[in-house]
Amino acid sequence: MAASLRPARFDELGLGRALSDRMLPCLVAAMAFLAAMALAGWAGAASLAHHWQQGAAAALTVQVPKPESPAAPPGASRISRVAGILQATDGIQSVRVLSDAELAKLLHPWLGEGADRLAVPLPGIVAVHLDADADLAGLSRRLEQAAPGTLVEDHGVWIGRLSVLARSLQACAALALIIVVIVATVVIAVATHAGLSVRREAIEIVHGLGATDGYIAGRFASRVTLLAAVGGLIGAILALPVLLTLATLAAPFAGTAETSSPSVGAALGVLPPELWLAMLGLVTGSALIGFLTAQGTVRRWLRHLP
Amino acid sequence: MVRFEAVGLRYGSARGRGAAAQVLHDITFALPEGAFRWLLGPSGAGKTSVLRLMYLATRPTSGRLTLLGTSVESAPRRALPPLRRRIGVVFQDFRLLTHLSAFDNVALPLRLSGRPEGQIRADVTEMLRWVGLGRKTAVRPMELSGGEQQRIAIARAVITRPDLLLADEPTGNLDDDQALRLMQLLNEMNRLGTTVVVATHNESLVSRFAAPALRLEQGRLSVRD
Repeated sequence: MAASLRPARFDELGLGRALSDRMLPCLVAAMAFLAAMALAGWAGAASLAHHWQQGAAAALTVQVPKPESPAAPPGASRISRVAGILQATDGIQSVRVLSDAELAKLLHPWLGEGADRLAVPLPGIVAVHLDADADLAGLSRRLEQAAPGTLVEDHGVWIGRLSVLARSLQACAALALIIVVIVATVVIAVATHAGLSVRREAIEIVHGLGATDGYIAGRFASRVTLLAAVGGLIGAILALPVLLTLATLAAPFAGTAETSSPSVGAALGVLPPELWLAMLGLVTGSALIGFLTAQGTVRRWLRHLP
Repeated sequence: MVRFEAVGLRYGSARGRGAAAQVLHDITFALPEGAFRWLLGPSGAGKTSVLRLMYLATRPTSGRLTLLGTSVESAPRRALPPLRRRIGVVFQDFRLLTHLSAFDNVALPLRLSGRPEGQIRADVTEMLRWVGLGRKTAVRPMELSGGEQQRIAIARAVITRPDLLLADEPTGNLDDDQALRLMQLLNEMNRLGTTVVVATHNESLVSRFAAPALRLEQGRLSVRD
């Protein structure tokens, strides 16, 4: 069958009226919008988790009890000796001993205004920033020898928790995306079924004249694919300003440069490239779901005919 | 060409609600290539069911049916569309696509066969002129009279020069002149080699155009040739 010889606008099944160019694109647009939100959630969780994990992995906190007591061997205070050892260690970018005022500020949320007048002895805190390739083997032992009781907190617990949180958020986003795809498939299948019911007589006539299942399914699929692609495009366009706003708000947390200038180019640059690809994927994905669902629905329905 | 061997037809399923209705019993006959047959019988005798089997709207539930060299009862579904394109049918209720013009209705079988659009335009225009609708090519069926719709249905059935042409009460909506013209067309198609089967109540038509007849009564073939 040389379907390409048909006039381009020949609609023998009357699908132009059976499959409305309003209802289906609107429903698919709503699904595409929700899919865009889910994709943004997935990408956002991945980006934030990556940034936070990098930050946590590059920092170290050292607690030194009795910081002003003499170290072993004597000659300097415990905190000074610990800071010296840290500064001499390869892979350490910076070492900073927190002042009493900074410690009081850290404790303020728990102890209130009296944090700086505590009678309880506080440990000294050293904030350490690491290079990416820092090798800290043996550091704890050396610090323990210089100032017994010193604790090195490498934030491993927090990194683990962040990782689990990020994976959970991504799983939720993926689940939401799967649900949206299923609902979109059902919506398109129902719309196709409605079209089949409305055009049953025309389909039976064309089928009786020798049209194959593939021909009839192809006519439906062409129409549904077009409508679904239009819906996907509308959904993506509607989602774009929301995503740009969210991305701009999340930029400081994700380590992305804040866009101080209000230009459109700068605003669009906030979205990561993979999200732009995902937006394009929404259109092609909607079209693909439309095509496959229409083909499957129509071919299954046609099996009732001889 | 067409061979019925002890063909039976039952509508519905014994597993469904109510009993299945056996509408045809043990139908046996053969039509050679180029034959012309009347299919006669009272209403409910099974004429339309025999035609439905011949234009592949259903398959026999028992017996063997061979159409244009294909065993219908065992053929896979994909084998039937090419067979249908070799069969022309004039339906009692026309079965035209009301959203298409007269031209597009008649052109439909040619387009399904993949004919080039230029050839389709020439053939369809000529056919519509022949059936007296040359000036109404762009008109939709609902704007035409019953007789004119019938003529579009006839034009659609014969436009592909089918091997087998079936007509179910084709003169029901036509006046005498139009009925005469239709019978002349069917005879002409038959003379060119098409096997023709016409189901009708119209005994006067049968008497005017002498041809062998298959007579059905209560789903059984009572007279053969």
